[in-house]
Amino acid sequence: MSEHLPVLQVVIPLLCAPLALLVRREAAVRTLAFAAAAASFAISVALLVSVLADGPISYPLGGWYPPLGIEYRVDTLSAFVLCVVSGVAAVLLPLGPGRGGHGLPSGRLHWFYAALLLAQAGLLGVTITGDLFNVFVFLEISSLASYVLVGLGSDRRALRAAFTYLVMGTIGGTFVLIGIGFAYQMTGTLNLDDLAQRLPEVRHKSTMLAAFAFLSVGVSLKLAVFPLHQWLPNAYAYAPPVVSAFLAATATKVAYYLLARLVFTVFGVAYVFGELGLGWLLFPLSLAAIFAGALAAIRQTDVKKLLAYSSVSQIGYLTLGLSFASLSGLTGGLVHLFNHALTKGGLFLAVACVVARSGSSRLDDWRGIGRRMPWTMAAFVAGGLGLIGVPGTAGFVSKWYLVQAALEAGRAELALGILASSLLAVVYVWRVVETAYFRDPGGPETRAEAPLSLLGPTWVLIGASLYFGVFTEWSAGVASKAAAMLLGVGP
Amino acid sequence: MIPLISAALFAFLLAVAVAVARTRDLFAAAMLTGIFSLLSAGLFTLLDAVDVAFTEAAVGAGISTLLILGTLSLTGSPEAPPRRSWAPLGVVALAGGALLYATLDMPAFGDPGAPAHLHVAPEYLADTPEDIGIPNVVTAVLASYRGYDTLGELVVILAAGVGVLLLVGSGDGGGGGERALGSESHVRMREKLVLRVVARRLVPFVLLFALYVQFHGDYGPGGGFQAGVVFAAGLILYGMIFGVDEVRRVVGPRAVEVGIAAGVLLFIGVGVASLLGGANFLDYSALDPHDPAHGRHLGILGIELGVGVTVASVMTAIYYGFAGRSRRA
Repeated sequence: MSEHLPVLQVVIPLLCAPLALLVRREAAVRTLAFAAAAASFAISVALLVSVLADGPISYPLGGWYPPLGIEYRVDTLSAFVLCVVSGVAAVLLPLGPGRGGHGLPSGRLHWFYAALLLAQAGLLGVTITGDLFNVFVFLEISSLASYVLVGLGSDRRALRAAFTYLVMGTIGGTFVLIGIGFAYQMTGTLNLDDLAQRLPEVRHKSTMLAAFAFLSVGVSLKLAVFPLHQWLPNAYAYAPPVVSAFLAATATKVAYYLLARLVFTVFGVAYVFGELGLGWLLFPLSLAAIFAGALAAIRQTDVKKLLAYSSVSQIGYLTLGLSFASLSGLTGGLVHLFNHALTKGGLFLAVACVVARSGSSRLDDWRGIGRRMPWTMAAFVAGGLGLIGVPGTAGFVSKWYLVQAALEAGRAELALGILASSLLAVVYVWRVVETAYFRDPGGPETRAEAPLSLLGPTWVLIGASLYFGVFTEWSAGVASKAAAMLLGVGP
Repeated sequence: MIPLISAALFAFLLAVAVAVARTRDLFAAAMLTGIFSLLSAGLFTLLDAVDVAFTEAAVGAGISTLLILGTLSLTGSPEAPPRRSWAPLGVVALAGGALLYATLDMPAFGDPGAPAHLHVAPEYLADTPEDIGIPNVVTAVLASYRGYDTLGELVVILAAGVGVLLLVGSGDGGGGGERALGSESHVRMREKLVLRVVARRLVPFVLLFALYVQFHGDYGPGGGFQAGVVFAAGLILYGMIFGVDEVRRVVGPRAVEVGIAAGVLLFIGVGVASLLGGANFLDYSALDPHDPAHGRHLGILGIELGVGVTVASVMTAIYYGFAGRSRRA
């Protein structure tokens, strides 16, 4: 059975989504969702171990070998991202919408779990596939499920945020589809490896250039690259907190993976950075994202929105790492994908903890909450330090690689920029810390810690982000192997 | 002759698109998008892509228009005054310019030397009769060679259904009387003798035709997607004229919910059966150890049925969701 692990990885959550609709009973559905996510995570870890030992795995679906049929292809990079997505999902899926959710009547909870499972299966499918059209199909599965999950926020504005997300996401999806169409027209294939081999012949044609443009802009919309990020802040701010944690930790990460895959594996670094000179566009946009996101985060009065703008800024680091097109730059980008997934997932869960008790994510309502919810706020502080990039946290590891890449490239001004932006992160994290610990709540101070069912997962993610701040073999170690593979300088 | 017809269709298409963008009446816009889809279906037919044309006609011109009309009965028809802004026009011009630029080096229409006709396509054409033993190559590609994509597309429909049921509800929540717009419109429609008589005669044939499309997909244009949509359109038409409760008496919301899940489960079940038969996921040849082509044919029948059931159920569920919501409003 072990040769079928690549497909089971996606099919298990895919199968459990419709099953959840038939089972209906909340406790059973919750167990089912957790079992699916846990199985999926176990499989991704097994795949990663196997890939590191024996090299890439190819799995022809339907028994049709590529390019005739669709291929699942697991290599170091995809296995790495699979572990991130399924790991975060395994922590988050059993939580349910929680308070701050739609106040879903209990008769509809099974639909919520089905949507989460679909979002997870879609993201895993995008990551593991070696077929361009299959990428589009699974991207749409995860996107549709995500729009719905965002729309379940308790605030009426959640629906508006979900609609904006839907419109922007659909434009992104359409662009991706147009790009796929052009690429197929010029090469006659949809398999990624086959495409990479047949591209050099036709890459100077206008149609191929347009294909690259539509694909990269479409994926950038899903990744929320500045200035295509407008959908993100409201979507994360008004979604139920658990959903924000899930999307922040997985959706944009998979879009980043896809961009790296297209740029490095399919189109090739020589074409994208050499002939097209994409670096000249991507560097300024990344810096703009880092600073504009952080500056906007400083001005927010709602903690979720603050974290959302911080995500815009952090996505800037991801694309910055990509634009170096160097080993340390790409390692920095990929390890930041891993680290930021844990950190931001944990931070949004900490918000979920507070919302579960006080019902509010407004900064004003967080006065003195550090004394009422010491464990929750300790997690928030640890996560916040990770956003800043303090040594000992995972965020430090990412920035270390990025600074190193900037210095290697002889661009000290970028290294200074990274350091300066960390100071901005200090400001927005400090605003929350100051409110939580040093402002007078103006009311009785009774300790009311979040339930363990919520606090536990928060600390799992935050704890992991601290662990990987010190022990980097499975984060930066694997990321640098994946980066070497993408650049063609390693196995 | 054909270039002339194409040119005319394209001209109409353009005119309709501009009209959709300009009209402030959403009812008119909904009808125009239906026409847009019908014109596209005509173009696809000219391109000999009858399966695509069929889907476009059934989905684009048929059920989407019905669902949009159902929504408009809740929201009202005039559009809110738009904000005037030049930025969207700039974005559209940029994207349009990129599309035009892409056509510069595109292989000419119908060029036999185009890459798309030289790589995998000839293999599909040559191998389908032997591999799968059915004459419709489009069905062979969709259901077998790239059957996993079709599973993905079905799950997209499932996700849409889950979404509507989560956000709108399944329409069985509130009881509230005859006040609703959906029921008002059916009261009005029920008074029209012609509509009533035609619908009563027509709906059975629509449903029968759906079954034909479902099971004839291996030989002619058709398959589960089109069949499911046509079946649901039959139910929805009946509901629009005689009231949603009449349909719900035949197909209850609970049955629809089960149908949504059952179709996808059937599709995945076929895949799991191939796994248990010792082959890869969705490798239907394992379904008949003695005759792989027959096994593949069986597999296609199974998954197409799954597609049909889920598509019909999701479309009906969406209709119930909106119709039921208007009753509560």
